[in-house]
Amino acid sequence: MVAVAVPRRQIPRKALIVGGIVLAWLVLWLVFRNVGTLALDASELTPLHRWINSVNDAVGASRNSNPVFLYFFNEIRLVIDEFVTFVQALIAQPSFGRPVPVIGWLGVVAIAGFVSLAVAGWRVALLAVAGFVFLGLQGLWQESMDTLSLTLAAVVIALLFGIPLGIWAGLSDRANRIMTPVLDFMQTMPTFVYLAPLTLFFLIGPASATIATLIYAAPPAIRITAHAIRSVPHNTVEASESLGATRKQTLLKVLLPSARKTIVLGVNQTIMAALSMVTIAALIDAPGLGKTVVKALQTLDVGTAFNAGLAIVVLAIVLDRVTTAATERRSLPRWAFFGGFGVTGVAVYFSYTYLWAAEFPSEVEIGSSIRKGATAVTEWVQDSLPVITNGFKDFVTSVLINPLQALLAESPWFLVALVIVALSFLIGGVRAAVVSAACLGVLVATGLWQDAMITLASTLVATILVMILGVVVGVWMGRSRRADRFIRPILDAGQVMPAFVYLVPILALFSATRFTAIIAAVVFAAPVAIKIIADGIRAVSPATVEASTALGSSSWQTIVKVQLPMARRALTLAANQGLIYVLSMVVVGGLVGAGALGYDVVAGFSQGQLYGKGLAAGVAIVVLGVMLDRLTQAAAKRWTN
Amino acid sequence: MCAVRNKQSRNGRRNRSEWFGVDPVISVGNLWKVFGSNASQVVASDELKSLSRQELMDRTGAVAAVRGVDFDVAPGEMFVVMGLSGSGKSTLVRCLTRLVEPTAGTIMFEGENILEADAKRLRDLRRNKFSMVFQHFGLLPHRTVADNVGYGLEIRGVPRAKRGERSQEVIDLVGLTGYEKSYPDQLSGGMQQRVGLARALAGDPDVLFFDEPFSALDPLIRRDMQSEVIRLHREVGKTMVFITHDLSEALKLGDRILIMRDGQVVQVGTGDELVGAPADDYVRDFVKDVPRSHVLTLKWIMRPPRPDDELDGPELSPETVVREAVRSVLGADKPVKVVRDGELLGVVADEEILGVVAGEV
Repeated sequence: MVAVAVPRRQIPRKALIVGGIVLAWLVLWLVFRNVGTLALDASELTPLHRWINSVNDAVGASRNSNPVFLYFFNEIRLVIDEFVTFVQALIAQPSFGRPVPVIGWLGVVAIAGFVSLAVAGWRVALLAVAGFVFLGLQGLWQESMDTLSLTLAAVVIALLFGIPLGIWAGLSDRANRIMTPVLDFMQTMPTFVYLAPLTLFFLIGPASATIATLIYAAPPAIRITAHAIRSVPHNTVEASESLGATRKQTLLKVLLPSARKTIVLGVNQTIMAALSMVTIAALIDAPGLGKTVVKALQTLDVGTAFNAGLAIVVLAIVLDRVTTAATERRSLPRWAFFGGFGVTGVAVYFSYTYLWAAEFPSEVEIGSSIRKGATAVTEWVQDSLPVITNGFKDFVTSVLINPLQALLAESPWFLVALVIVALSFLIGGVRAAVVSAACLGVLVATGLWQDAMITLASTLVATILVMILGVVVGVWMGRSRRADRFIRPILDAGQVMPAFVYLVPILALFSATRFTAIIAAVVFAAPVAIKIIADGIRAVSPATVEASTALGSSSWQTIVKVQLPMARRALTLAANQGLIYVLSMVVVGGLVGAGALGYDVVAGFSQGQLYGKGLAAGVAIVVLGVMLDRLTQAAAKRWTN
Repeated sequence: MCAVRNKQSRNGRRNRSEWFGVDPVISVGNLWKVFGSNASQVVASDELKSLSRQELMDRTGAVAAVRGVDFDVAPGEMFVVMGLSGSGKSTLVRCLTRLVEPTAGTIMFEGENILEADAKRLRDLRRNKFSMVFQHFGLLPHRTVADNVGYGLEIRGVPRAKRGERSQEVIDLVGLTGYEKSYPDQLSGGMQQRVGLARALAGDPDVLFFDEPFSALDPLIRRDMQSEVIRLHREVGKTMVFITHDLSEALKLGDRILIMRDGQVVQVGTGDELVGAPADDYVRDFVKDVPRSHVLTLKWIMRPPRPDDELDGPELSPETVVREAVRSVLGADKPVKVVRDGELLGVVADEEILGVVAGEV
């Protein structure tokens, strides 16, 4: 009881201070409104932005003379470019003087079916074949194959480095200690931010896209491999050692086979992450489905965006099912293996030789109907549901977004900075205050203070919505097995989908505004938060819940007084992860009307004179991320101890 | 309790002096294992070594798991190390094969100090001379029973055909015939431990180490497995070092028992020695609930003949277990003579027997 009583008595005092700070802020806001907001017009540049532009120009000019570029970056780019071009030549692009790729649609479908059959069984093989044929029917065969080529190329390279690094981190404590913080940083960094610096070194195009993708996709492979090696039971390893196995024998015969299932799971995560990033990399001119979506979004052509988005989903489902099923132990009968092999060989030969098997027949096509259907539905929704959608949109906008944004973006910068540093001090002591002050300093230096504040406002609103959803659905799932069984697959699917795909239906519902970007971020971040909270609620000891029920608590009392307090570690983790996920959608939000930092980044990719500003905006997003991550972690520490 | 008799009748052939007439297989001298970054300083200092575990922990932060342990194991002996959890027994057995690296001391195995063996020699020893059975089995989940059993041979480089033959032999020996193609997760705990046992036997080692192999099994299965080990010990005649926290298991299996507490040896001796002459209160408290008539032999209860004793009654050996002698002693109308090699050692009459039997009630 003492443990409960002590923080209770403290909270009111602290709440009083926080309340005081906020009140003072409001008063000063009224006085100083729109003074010192460090606003910057969309086309306006600061000296820093111009300087980055000049660096970019200088790098561009010396790209073929500077030895660092000549012998390092250019070499990497060339090798990766060669590799990607090679994969594209095999399945996607006309190559080797032929009007079609080496392996045509029939061959690709047959290979997809055969590989799925071998690693995942009949059902998944059928799904794979159907899925690939559907891509062709959508009229997006070549785009799909471009996306697939880039994904596969990035995955191969990511695994080539990731699995050995993971094994190393699994075996050596020192390697693990060094790698963990690096991977942590790579994962907390908003994903789309490193696109910009990469283009500085590797130009815009498939090579940069592949490198960005593999930076994004390699961490799960490393992490999960290391985790898999580490979680092989100690006594199994000891038993092998006691029989006189060498380190190599133990690795090859005990650790890797025991860890196989988990490592395949890591491969699955890597593939899904890669697919997600490849579609986003359309922003830096990566070919494929992502590009179709981006173009359609920019012209607000929901039908086309939906068709291409659907293709991404289909590709994601096929890749996910195949690699997930591959974790199971299975063996194919010999006749089926060789039969399948033969059929595949013939199909590949046909697709190499005959045009009908190389180019997907354009007579059978459902893509245009999908486009028309999606457009019609969108128009219908926009015509018939504005009361609901607009009502919801206006409500959230006027109640949450506008006040918060006004407060953050229309206050003088020093006032906001002071408030944030003071709150940081209250939450995490001197260290947190110093970190926040440094981050705020960088924000000012980027010249994008007001944009950063607008983005911060949207991020906070999105995170609040994520937490509301997370607590409501998470508690429901944590308390009801049936709800869990029903909702969890939906969440899993939501996490597998590449981030782009969400934008399409949301855009259709709410058209391009700040609010649309916030909802997209919520949809992206909510599954993680819900799952963490549901697991936290479930982990509360049933004996405690039973005791509470036996004392006559109502369900509401049990939730509020027992389950939520006991799951507070999960709650803080969910808030932290929710924030990070929301923040990583900022750039994507820039595509659908979020404005501010997201728009700055997107504009930086497409317009040369805004390059420096875009890069600075990327840095600002990272800095916001670091600050919010530190703060939530400090809060979590304080609250859970 | 028939289990105890089983062991006693087996043990009846040997007595304590026999364990010292031959060269030991394993001879452990002043063995220390200290966990902590300053372990070597601890064992270098006589002052630190004389501290209790808790004092050492408080002063240096180091944990002394094994503290100056000495013992010998004779060829063909079943040597049991018994202690409660935290007594250091599992660390001790891991030190013997250097799965845990000892901090100081000697471990002589067939005349060779194992602590001086290099990595290659150590692997050779592990492949050919020792093997170990673990509490949680340590089986490879991705391999069949046959492949698990053959694993030790596989890493030695034994060709597949020969491996299969030998695996089958030991699988038959431990009673797993018919389960060769099963995977560990398809077997019960007792069966899994049989696989562990077969794997240890497959390499035909000189010494088998058992680290609480039956603690994770339920009581009935545990009894079966204990009998199985006794049978194997009789059939293959290997030296065995067996770790347990269960006194009745120790008494049932052990030719000799070493009792450990806080990393130190409290007493080494046969079961009847521990019960008949406990070294201190700790051991006395431990063996308090053991049915004494099942463990003690006549030599522990006999008395010198008194002048009024009639010395023409029946004769029994001093190694006879009390409960086996009850009927003869109570049935005879004269005291029973305890005789070894024709020499009269003492006599046992009704009151001595009843003293033991009544003391238990």
